[in-house]
Amino acid sequence: MTLDSKIPEGPLAEKWDKHKFNVKLVNPSNKRKYDVIVVGTGLAGASAAASLAELGYNVKAFTYHDSPRRAHSIAAQGGINAAKNYQNDGDSIFRLFYDTVKGGDYRAREANVYRLAQVSVSIIDQCVAQGVPFAREYGGLLANRSFGGAQVSRTFYARGQTGQQLLLGAYSALSRQVAYGKVKLYTRSEMLDVVIVDGKARGIITRNLIDGKIEQHSAHAVVLATGGYGNVFYLSTNAKYCNATAAWRAHKKGAFFANPCFTQIHPTCIPVSGDYQSKLTLMSESLRNDGRVWVPKEVATAERLRKGEIRVSDIPEEERDYFLERKYPAFGNLVPRDVASRNAKQMCDEGRGVGSSGLAVYLDFADIIQRTGANAVSQKYGNLFDMYAKITGENPYEQPMRIYPAVHYTMGGLWVDYNLQTTVPGLYATGECNFSDHGANRLGASALMQGLADGYFVIPYTIGDYLAQTPPTPVTTEHPAFAEAETEVRARIQKFLSINGTRTPDDFHKHLGHIMWEYCGMARSEEGLTHAKKEIQKLRKEFWSDLKLVGTNEELNQALEKAGRVADFIELGELMVDDALDRNESCGGHFREEYQTPEGEALRNDDDYAYVAAWQYMGDNQPEVLNKESLQFDNVKLTQRSYK
Amino acid sequence: MNLTLKVWRQKNRTAEGRVVDYQVKDISPEMSFLEMLDVLNEDLLRRGDEPVAFDHDCREGICGSCNLFINGRAHGPETGTTTCQLHMRKFSDGDTIVIEPWRANAFPVNKDLSVDRSAFDRIIQAGGYVSVNTGGAPDGNEIPIPKDVADRAFEAATCIGCGACVAACKNASAMLFVSAKISQLALLPQGHVERKTRVENMVAQMDIEGFGACTNIGSCAAECPVGISLENIALLNREFLNAKATSNNLS
Repeated sequence: MTLDSKIPEGPLAEKWDKHKFNVKLVNPSNKRKYDVIVVGTGLAGASAAASLAELGYNVKAFTYHDSPRRAHSIAAQGGINAAKNYQNDGDSIFRLFYDTVKGGDYRAREANVYRLAQVSVSIIDQCVAQGVPFAREYGGLLANRSFGGAQVSRTFYARGQTGQQLLLGAYSALSRQVAYGKVKLYTRSEMLDVVIVDGKARGIITRNLIDGKIEQHSAHAVVLATGGYGNVFYLSTNAKYCNATAAWRAHKKGAFFANPCFTQIHPTCIPVSGDYQSKLTLMSESLRNDGRVWVPKEVATAERLRKGEIRVSDIPEEERDYFLERKYPAFGNLVPRDVASRNAKQMCDEGRGVGSSGLAVYLDFADIIQRTGANAVSQKYGNLFDMYAKITGENPYEQPMRIYPAVHYTMGGLWVDYNLQTTVPGLYATGECNFSDHGANRLGASALMQGLADGYFVIPYTIGDYLAQTPPTPVTTEHPAFAEAETEVRARIQKFLSINGTRTPDDFHKHLGHIMWEYCGMARSEEGLTHAKKEIQKLRKEFWSDLKLVGTNEELNQALEKAGRVADFIELGELMVDDALDRNESCGGHFREEYQTPEGEALRNDDDYAYVAAWQYMGDNQPEVLNKESLQFDNVKLTQRSYK
Repeated sequence: MNLTLKVWRQKNRTAEGRVVDYQVKDISPEMSFLEMLDVLNEDLLRRGDEPVAFDHDCREGICGSCNLFINGRAHGPETGTTTCQLHMRKFSDGDTIVIEPWRANAFPVNKDLSVDRSAFDRIIQAGGYVSVNTGGAPDGNEIPIPKDVADRAFEAATCIGCGACVAACKNASAMLFVSAKISQLALLPQGHVERKTRVENMVAQMDIEGFGACTNIGSCAAECPVGISLENIALLNREFLNAKATSNNLS
C-alpha cells in the first residue's frame, strides 16, 4: 500500500496557511449535526475536545480516570517551547523547526514540524488567556529558560509544574464545554475497541471501570489522544495506568503503527532502588540548566564510593569527570536526551557509576548554590528537590542527586497523514499517540507543545475537512459492526477471567519489561533483538495459558483492567523488536551497537533508512507488513548531529 | 519490616464495609506506601483473594489520584506529602497501620479505598475557568502581570484536586479546594471579567454537592499535600461578599 502523507504543495512556510484555505468547511449551523468522539483527556485530548465543542460539534470525551485532570500530561515538569523570540536571542519559527528536525535525527516530516513551530506561538497566547500562571519577570512579562538541544531560551514554564498548569488550563476549557452541554464527559470509561463501518471509524466500545458495563458509542469521527506506550518497559516515568490499548486496538482494526522502536530514554531519573519498584520518577531536564553531570575519573574511586568507604564530598574537584562538558563543549550539560543518556550508560559500563548499584551518575548543584544561594535555587526547582528528598531520603541541597536514564516518551505511534488522520478514514490520532513530529528523538519541552498544537490548532481545521465530506445524518449503534465489536470485547474479557493460572498481570508485565529494557532499551543489537523476539513469543503463550485473576467483570476489578493492557503490551513489544531489527542504523533514541561512529555516536544511514516504518497488521500470528513512507528533506541538510 | 494493616473493605457503593486485618512481611523502608500495598495485592491475588482497590496513577505526587486516610490522617503522617510520596521509612517494624478511604457524603465509596470525587469536577464546571475560546487570544506579553501576583496565582493553582482538605475537615467542607481556583482567577487580570459570577456559581455548586460549611479550623491547609494556604479561603469569602453585595447575577 502506498502511504499518502497529504503534505500540501508549495514552499514550507506557506503550506499550512494554504492548506487551511483549501480544506473544506462545515457550515456553522451544520456543525451541531456532527458527533465526534475524543478518547483521552490529557493535553491533546482535552484541548481537542474543548476546541471542537467551541466550534459547535457534539463531543463525547472519554477518560479511564475519575477526572480529566488526572491525565499524565499533568506530570510534565520543565516547560513548553514556543518560537516567540521574547529573549531577543535569535529564535525564530525556522530555528525551532530546524532544532526539532535536527534533534529528531532527521527522521521527522519537515512539513509537520514546521507547522508545529508556527502554531507554537499561538499556544502560549491561548494558555495565558485561560489564566495559566506562567513564570514572569519582575517587569511582568513572560520568563523563559533553556532546554536541551537548543542554544536559545524559548521554554515557557510554571516552576517545575508546567504540565500541570497547562493541563488544568485545557481541563478548564473542557469543563466549560461540559457545563454548556457541548461535551458529554465519560469518566472511568476505558476504550477497548474501535468500531469500523464500511471502512470508516464510526464509534468505540468502552468498559465502565466501576460496574464493568460494556457500552457502544457512535460518532462521525473518532480522535485518539491516548498517549504513548512507554509502559511496555514496565518501569518508566509514565503513570501506572498509561497504556497502549486504545492505539493497539486501532492498529488491529487497520491503523498502521509507525516507528514503534523509537522510544526516548530520559537521562535524568531517580535510579531504581529495588525489585518492588513500581515506577521511575523523572527529574526535569531543566535541572541540566544549572546541574553539572559527573562521575569519578577513576574506576577505583567509584568502587570505593559504591562500597561506602568514601563519601562524594571526599572526591576533590580534579578527580571528577564532568563528561558532558568535556565531550560536548558547545552544548555541555544541555545536549539532547539521547546523547546524555547514552553517555551516562557508557560511564556506568566503564565501571565509573555511583550509588550502591553502580547504575547512577551525579547531577551536582554545588556551583549554582554557591553562586546564587539555596533560596534562589529553591525558587527555581523547589518542588523537584523536595520530590527527590522524599523518594531517596537524601538532601540534594547538601549532596549531588544520583540520576540514571529511564524510559520516558515514545516518538513512535499511530501513523498519521498531515491531517493527523490514520490509515483508517475518520480515525485521527493526536499528541504522543501519533508518530509525526519528533522523529527518532524528542527535544525537551516539545511534548506539551505538540499535544496542544494538535488539539487546539490542527485537528479543529483538519477534522472539518473530513466531516464536510461526510453526510450529516445521525450515526447510530444499530449497524451490526457495533454488536460484533462488543461481542469480541466481551469474549476477550471472559477469556482473561477463565484462564485461572498462577501468574498475576503485574508479574507478566515485569517480565516483559525486563526483556524490553535488556534487549530493546538504550543499546540494541541484532543478536539481542532476535533473542528478545523469541522470549516475547514465549511470554505471550504463557500469558494466555497461565494468567491469574479473581472476581468478575461486573465490578471494579483493577487486576482485570491490567490484564487487558499487559496482553496488548506484549504484542506491541514484539512489534517494537521487529522494527528495531529492521532499522539497520542508529538514529536518535534507536542505538544499534553495530552502527556507531568511532567516537561512539549514532551512525545514521540516510541512503537506506530515511523513511517512516509504518507497520500493517495482517491477522493473529501473521507477520506484520512493513510499509515505507520516504522522508524528503528540502529545507535542512542532513548531517551527522554534532553538539560539540 | 513486618506490619499489620487494618484495611477498609467495601464491595461497592451500596454494600456495607468493614475493617479487615492483613499481615505484610519483608517490607523495605525504601518502598513507597503504595508499593507496600502492591506487595499486599500481589500476595492476595496469588492466593485467590480479591486485591484491595485503591486509586493511584502518576506516583509522583501531582495527579491527585491517591487518597488514603492513614492512621487517622489524610495522606498519612508526613506533612506536605501525597500518599504515593509517603515512604515506608516513616514507619517502624511491627507497626499497625489503619487505612481508610476519604470519608465525606460528597465522596461516595466506589469500592474499598476508591472514592468518587466527581463533585470536584462539577464545581469546576460551574465556573472554574476563563471563558475564552481557542484562537483570537492577544499576544501573551500584552497582559503584563507583576511577578508577585503571578507567583501567588501559581501557588493557588498548584492544587492537585485530591480531596485531602475535605477528608481532613470535620465538616467535610470543600472550601480550600474551591478557594484555590477562585484565588488563582481573582488574582490574575484574565479572571476579572467573570469574577462575580464565578464565585457565586462555584459556591452554589459546592453547596449542592453536599459539602459542609467552613468553621475556620484550618485542618484542610494543615493536611494539604501541596501547601495550599488558608489565606485563599479569606480571599474566597471576600470575593463572595463582594459579588453578593454588588451583583445581580444570581439571587
